[in-house]
Amino acid sequence: MENFLEFFFSGLVNGAIYALIALGFMIIYSATGVINFAQGEFVMLGAMFTAWLSGRGWPLPLVVGAALVGATLAGILTERLTIRPARTASPLILIIITIGVSILIKGLAMFTWGKDPLPVNPFLPSEPVHFLGATLSPQGLLVLVVSALAFLATESFFRFTLWGKAMRACAYNRFGARVLGINLSRLTCLAFGLSAALSGLAGIIISPLTFASYDMGTMLGLKGFSAAVFGGLGSATGALVGGFSLGILEALASGYISSAYKDAVAFLLLLIVLFLKPEGLFSPEKVEKL
Amino acid sequence: MRRIWFFLLGLLLGLNTLVWAKEPYRIGAIFSVTGPTSFIGDPEKKTLEMLVEEINRAGGINGHPVEAIIYDTQGEETLAVQKFMRLVMQDRVLAIIGPSRTGTSLAVAPLAERYRVPLISCAAGIKIVEPVKPYVFKVAQSDRLAVKKIYQYLKAKGLTKVALLTVSNGFGQSGREELKRLAPRYGIEIVADELFGPKDTDMKPQLIRIRRTGAQVVICWGTNPGPAIVARNMRELGMPQKLIMSHGVASKRFIELAGKAAEGIILPAGKLIVAHELPDNDPQKPLLLSYIERYKARYGKEPSSFGGHAYDAFLLLKEALARAGADRAKIREALENIKGLKGIHGVFNMSPQDHNGLSEREAFVLVEIRGGNFHLLKD
Repeated sequence: MENFLEFFFSGLVNGAIYALIALGFMIIYSATGVINFAQGEFVMLGAMFTAWLSGRGWPLPLVVGAALVGATLAGILTERLTIRPARTASPLILIIITIGVSILIKGLAMFTWGKDPLPVNPFLPSEPVHFLGATLSPQGLLVLVVSALAFLATESFFRFTLWGKAMRACAYNRFGARVLGINLSRLTCLAFGLSAALSGLAGIIISPLTFASYDMGTMLGLKGFSAAVFGGLGSATGALVGGFSLGILEALASGYISSAYKDAVAFLLLLIVLFLKPEGLFSPEKVEKL
Repeated sequence: MRRIWFFLLGLLLGLNTLVWAKEPYRIGAIFSVTGPTSFIGDPEKKTLEMLVEEINRAGGINGHPVEAIIYDTQGEETLAVQKFMRLVMQDRVLAIIGPSRTGTSLAVAPLAERYRVPLISCAAGIKIVEPVKPYVFKVAQSDRLAVKKIYQYLKAKGLTKVALLTVSNGFGQSGREELKRLAPRYGIEIVADELFGPKDTDMKPQLIRIRRTGAQVVICWGTNPGPAIVARNMRELGMPQKLIMSHGVASKRFIELAGKAAEGIILPAGKLIVAHELPDNDPQKPLLLSYIERYKARYGKEPSSFGGHAYDAFLLLKEALARAGADRAKIREALENIKGLKGIHGVFNMSPQDHNGLSEREAFVLVEIRGGNFHLLKD
């Protein structure tokens, strides 16, 4: 198992990003029962805003703040303009609407920022850190720290705030939640905003590593979705474990098996898990209770 | 009143025929002006429009004005075929320039043969002209020439252990095939052969594997943004190996993306990006500088190497039309026998066996990235 730590670290960074995106999928799914296929586009918007604004010479804290607000607004607008008018439709129709939204956002981004990837400078000085014979870039460490904080924040939101509890109640039983007086419309809006903010954050912190391009969202969205399904789509812990497992599996697969089949190996393992435990590794109690 | 208008109209038409005593030469062009590969087709279209206007202002070809009909393929095979048929059936053009991509070129090549219309493709894929098809030509440099240029350099430097890191799409895999096929001829041993996906965001696992093999040189074959990530990852891992890239990243955007990690990277590129640094006795230098100046004056920015392909295609066609006149079969024959034509991307020496006509001597130069810019590599 030569170089294990290096492969592991490399996978950890990608895994953190997948986990953040999976978290976004999970939040919207909990509140509305919809898989939001525009999730990857929020990641892209976060990265694009970062590249665009830092390219115009804005200071870094302002860039991060503005990009986060931009992605969140995109999420809220998506909910208000497309999901809310069709709220009586079945989840399947809503899912198809999100696919349309994804194509729209991608097209708008292409026209606004062009097709070439945009450069983003590292947020931290780029001298790599050596740790137990493995190297880790400061930007990679930043990704890990930020996603850990974001995870803790989301988890405490779900556990300790009224709105977080309402969202969990809604995930258990939508009708029951409504009977108890939970404002579903505002809850849905909140879920989209929060989910877009998390995905936008993923885009912001990964942009110095991968640059920003209008079509980066599709693949990241797909990986995040796989991670979410892997983790069971029902809990923040599930999203976290799903994301990290996928990232690390990918890195180990391309390190020890073959880089040509990297994605195939990762998705194959995902399929095996789904065959053996179709509700995901961390299925919520909901399944048993229903 | 109406009569006066008719009279004036007649006078205008008459004047027109006075200026253009001869029938216009009508040529067609199909480029990916929009769509995902518009960065290729757009400069091609602009260049061709500029050249046609210039030649008509200068009196046409042997007194014949040139009329160019340009259609957009959006980089798609089906559209390329449709537009090709339209150019042949409806517009009855003498010859066709384009398409921009290898895929679209391969899609229309059999039609060029069937309808006997000379086709000058602007794409790089070697399969377009290999095996040779009588009516199909191409102007872009094949990957093989770029590979030869790199291997000649490595051989001169005595470097023999090479690791490949290629993107898993058409461009990367075509380069990979050539790199593997030509290696033995230059005494080069390929110690690693790694791939990455076009949308991959982290190539460290592949690079760690490469590091274990004791490679002296890493050759990365891809188009943005992958290669820029490779450059940054190599720096993060502190790998001392020489990094060589393909001509796929020979644009300023690559340097912007890779930042400091781009420094010291060597790559083969068309002469256009280092035109100012070429020695004065370079046969292409005056043409290159003049193209840059004219394009800049008209469109306000520097031309890309893709525009240069359209330039070369037009130069060849112009030469063939001047020799052969309005006859497709004669144009084809003339194209095949053009020798020593100085173009943007090399000196064309066509023959019945070679419908590309370029050699690695002129088609590519090695450039090094220093101080955030491309510079001619001096050995």
